[in-house]
Amino acid sequence: MRDTTSILPLTVESLVFEVDGRRLIDGIDLHLERGATTVLLGPNGAGKSLLLRLCHGLLTPTAGRVRWALPEGRAAGVKRHTMVFQKPVMLRRSVFANLTHALAAAGLGYEARRARARAALERFRLADLADRPARVLSGGEQQRLAIARAWALDADVLFLDEPTSQLDPSATRAIEEMLRALKDEGRTLMMATHDLGQARRLADRVLFVHAGRIREDASAAAFFTAPATGKARAFLAGDLLD
Amino acid sequence: MDFAAIITAIADLLGGATPGFWPIVGLSLKVTLSAVTLAALIGLPLGALLGIARFPGRTAVVVLVNAMMGLPPVVAGLAIFLLLSRSGPLGPLGWLFSAKAMILAQTMLVLPIVVALTRQTIEDLWREYAEHLASLDLTGARAVPTLLWDARFSLVTALLAGFGRASAEVGAVLIVGGNIAGHTRTMTTAIALETSKGDLPLALGLGLILILLTLILNAVAFGAGRVGARHAR
Amino acid sequence: MIHLARRTLLAAALGLAVALPAQAQDAKPTASIVVASTTSTQDSGLFGYLLPIFTKKTGIEVKIVAQGTGQALDTGRRGDADVVFVHAKAAEEKFLSEGFSKERKPVMYNDFVLIGPKSDPAGVAGGKDIAAALTAIETKKEPFVSRGDKSGTHMAELKLWKTANVDLEKVRGDWYREIGQGMGAALNTASAMNAYVLADRATWLNFKNRGDLAIVVEGDKRLFNQYGVMVVNPEKFPTVKAKEAAAFVEWLTGPEGQKTIADYKIGGEQLFFPNANQPGA
Repeated sequence: MRDTTSILPLTVESLVFEVDGRRLIDGIDLHLERGATTVLLGPNGAGKSLLLRLCHGLLTPTAGRVRWALPEGRAAGVKRHTMVFQKPVMLRRSVFANLTHALAAAGLGYEARRARARAALERFRLADLADRPARVLSGGEQQRLAIARAWALDADVLFLDEPTSQLDPSATRAIEEMLRALKDEGRTLMMATHDLGQARRLADRVLFVHAGRIREDASAAAFFTAPATGKARAFLAGDLLD
Repeated sequence: MDFAAIITAIADLLGGATPGFWPIVGLSLKVTLSAVTLAALIGLPLGALLGIARFPGRTAVVVLVNAMMGLPPVVAGLAIFLLLSRSGPLGPLGWLFSAKAMILAQTMLVLPIVVALTRQTIEDLWREYAEHLASLDLTGARAVPTLLWDARFSLVTALLAGFGRASAEVGAVLIVGGNIAGHTRTMTTAIALETSKGDLPLALGLGLILILLTLILNAVAFGAGRVGARHAR
Repeated sequence: MIHLARRTLLAAALGLAVALPAQAQDAKPTASIVVASTTSTQDSGLFGYLLPIFTKKTGIEVKIVAQGTGQALDTGRRGDADVVFVHAKAAEEKFLSEGFSKERKPVMYNDFVLIGPKSDPAGVAGGKDIAAALTAIETKKEPFVSRGDKSGTHMAELKLWKTANVDLEKVRGDWYREIGQGMGAALNTASAMNAYVLADRATWLNFKNRGDLAIVVEGDKRLFNQYGVMVVNPEKFPTVKAKEAAAFVEWLTGPEGQKTIADYKIGGEQLFFPNANQPGA
């Protein structure tokens, strides 16, 4: 089975992120345990994407810290968290080579990464596309490949930044199935989304973010039935927030 | 000057009736391809690094490299000449009036083109790839191989531009090579020599063959690029 | 398939780039020297005739760097040549006095000829007096092309203007074109402009793009053009291949070299006249 030494829990303390003096993340504290799927909700510009990037280490906080149970979220030197972007980044290579490239970067040897890439393609029914140039795939196929790539990297934690916002319903359904499967394997997901229905379908826990702060941190059931703040109630009702 | 004389000159050249022609073609290709290869080995990684690095004064470096694309060949030639002359700092190498000197001078001409065009290409690609590569821990120099490989079809164009500059120039190779028959005479210096001898049909014939060679090389590279690009868009 | 084709192409391109340098390294003769000489000797075709004979005899290969006399002497001064073989006696003696060579030997002479349009607007054709011809050209301001490159021919030309009592600095104008290039380029320019030009006979005879030009003045003693040869002083530049350089000079000024020079003809006409044994040449 998979390595059980976990990089979780993840602890975020007094996190601040500023650009040109503007405070975009304004003092966030957060604790992420193993197993649950956490969904970030909130209007555009609330700071959801920034929070994911800060947790994943793509951005350096202005103040505060992001602390994993193991340094930098690495176990035995291998990074155990990864990220899937809103618009998947596809290298100008075949589907198969997109997988092996990521695995090579993670330090796998030639045979190991080829085997792992084949397994990922089988696992997510992408094997037919293996030799296709990744950049001519449909948006849905590209995002499936991006998630397969994340799976192949065998990360404990996946950060997902609105992975289905540009996809049609059937592609969205396929992605959600993949995410459920990942969760069933015991992986921890933290996802930003605009899609309230998607949040209801997938979330165990909801973080409601507004103006760089976490306004509510509740179980999904509690959040959707009885939001604690006026902002969250307005957001759920479909009102525009400033 | 009549057309028939040019045709005859070309026929003589290609048919081997003009002694020493094929070695001149060989030397031209050797010098130019070596210079482009050297410039590629240095310039591709350097241009890629310049494309992704952010440091104070970077804009000035970018402008400088772009300006160096217009470096006059005679100036490059003169600089290398002074460097390699027996009275110059690298005199003991004994490289003056040799193919090595010509390769060095042309490398100096091609390098800015490769660096500048690579920088531009990689900068655009980096904008698209940055987050994904950073997520894979491929930052800084570690991102360079991926970027170069994925930009390979655009970069071929950069190398072809470099090849064009090197194969067409006469100023630098004439100064540092000396146009020595059988040793450092290239297509372009031979053209200059035949022009000065007043043998204009022969000079023009040589010129047309040089253009033909350049055309063939570009067609091959373009074809290879098309085949590859179809595969990896 | 495509994959394979691409790989193969790449490999082929790389292979070519790597293989070429290796393959183009020709087998080298035992030794080689660099001779800085003049464009006129190169453009005349003399070296193409003479050098293979020398190399066959001695196994020493001679690499000619053809420049103007001034530049060729400078190449020697920098230690970038083993031998200089030029034609401007005063400049050569300066080279000697500066210690860049220990000895100058006369080799041969050819002569300059005044070239001009067949229509001869200056009315000098057929004459033997170069000074009178130049004066006529200057008086009528007929176009004249000058090398202007400090070459032996250029220096000879300046000396001839002086002989003709023409002060170039005073009369210089649109008619006098300094092009700063070699003999061939000067002839090409004159041919295009239908101008007068001073050329060495050898280059003229070997020149193909004559257009409307022809010899208008020849045979004046003042048009003689003496060539000298010098080994660059190995005490100044230890890299000079003194032994091979001396062998070249010996051969050139010896009976065999002198005969070879006399044998070089274009269209039955002898171009260079060996005179290594003529004192004071």
